[in-house]
Amino acid sequence: MAFFKLCFCGQKYGLLVLPVIRQELKGENLDFLTLLKYIAEGTAYTLGVTAIALPSGLLIGILLAFLYVYGGKGIARVMNVYSTIMRGVPPLVLLFLLYFVVSKGINLSGFWAGSISLGIVSSAYQMEIIRGALLSVGNDQLMAARAIGMSRKQAVLNIVLPQALRLAIPPWSNEAAIIIKDSSLVYALGVPEILRRAQLIGASTQQPLLAYMSAALIYFVLVTVTNRLLNMLEKKLTVPSNH
Amino acid sequence: MPEPILSIRKLTKRYGDKVIFHDLDLDVNEGDTIVIIGPSGTGKSTLLRCINLLTRSESGQIWFGGKEITAKGTNEDHVRQQIGMVFQNFLLFNHLSALENVKLGLIKVKHLSKAAAEAKAMEELERVGLADWAGHYPGQLSGGQQQRVAIARALAMDPQIMLFDEPTSALDPELIGEVLEVMRSLALEGMTMMVVTHEMGFAREVADRIVFMEKGSIVEEGSPNEMFNRPKFERTREFLWKITELYGKKDHGEE
Repeated sequence: MAFFKLCFCGQKYGLLVLPVIRQELKGENLDFLTLLKYIAEGTAYTLGVTAIALPSGLLIGILLAFLYVYGGKGIARVMNVYSTIMRGVPPLVLLFLLYFVVSKGINLSGFWAGSISLGIVSSAYQMEIIRGALLSVGNDQLMAARAIGMSRKQAVLNIVLPQALRLAIPPWSNEAAIIIKDSSLVYALGVPEILRRAQLIGASTQQPLLAYMSAALIYFVLVTVTNRLLNMLEKKLTVPSNH
Repeated sequence: MPEPILSIRKLTKRYGDKVIFHDLDLDVNEGDTIVIIGPSGTGKSTLLRCINLLTRSESGQIWFGGKEITAKGTNEDHVRQQIGMVFQNFLLFNHLSALENVKLGLIKVKHLSKAAAEAKAMEELERVGLADWAGHYPGQLSGGQQQRVAIARALAMDPQIMLFDEPTSALDPELIGEVLEVMRSLALEGMTMMVVTHEMGFAREVADRIVFMEKGSIVEEGSPNEMFNRPKFERTREFLWKITELYGKKDHGEE
């Protein structure tokens, strides 16, 4: 990772000091495919960041949504403050903040710090998604479950949550797309994901248009495929009905 | 006189300043079917919800099976297991099939094995005539079928008493008969039941006692014969006459 180490030398780009480009790619007029291939190698990082941020955001989101909906008024107020702050500040600003807070305590790579930070930002949005879904399942289902002797916890886990998660898939699919796209923000922490590689090769080959087009194409494919998959999941989990 | 299975003493329920009912006294003997009637907003449904502790009453006591269930430290979940409840709008678990709806409580609450729960659930579905519909989801069933599944779900827990909160009010007229038929056979089997309903045909035929509630208190109670033919209060006669005119002329083509 020393290769991509950040150095703060007060240049024009501040954090975004370019690491060394592989010698053979420098200064040449590359064809589109070679360029695309070079940039696509960042996909692993993009997917890695997404694969960490999205599920961790979901886990925290579900937990916080439970607290919000079932935790009483005091806790609901705290959750509301959390949600308002997280959603009221640009994710990049939060990313920097959390990165410097987190990396003060533990020595984390930009990749891990960025992924975790993005997951925390996302947890506020996912909390709102799950909260809305829990509320629209409604208290009647909870009451029916309690009427046959289930505890509150059993009723929420077995009756309300499975229905809420189904309802949450369409808005969650939106959030998944946002996280895939927002994973590009970790480039600011020096992670060599798609956008960062596009920037590097674009600058060194003087073909920025082609480079960013390639990046756009890859993001577009990732987001579209993810949405399609979630769409299929939604269809598969739909409860049969005649109405 | 045998000890009543359910005794309500001086029960009072308020929402804020609004008194739903106050100082209510009622006894239910084992095997009896009690039909509760009265204008809407008189606290009939709330009374049922207080009995299985879905709603907290402000004061008074409820004794069930010799124990005071309104006492502090009562295990609510344990009480509810023994009190079956059927709701006006069925409230089946929408994401589960008919069989799973009946089965889930047996597994989660009664801790039966999956195989035992499935066998018991099928038995209950057969009892309400829906064994062939076990794999169908609530959205694929008619209102009448949904309500019968809901009854099966409550019965599966082997309750000592069944509470019915206007079980046929949300049904199309042609579907009411099948639900009443199930309830009628339950009463004949000796199940203890409390039924809030406007179905006067059912009340006349099945009830051991009819309780007339109005404005948060019990105006009068008695056997169907007493209530229909020689009520003590003019108000009872008036209400019964009106409600029979509206709902009870025919028993929805059952006879």
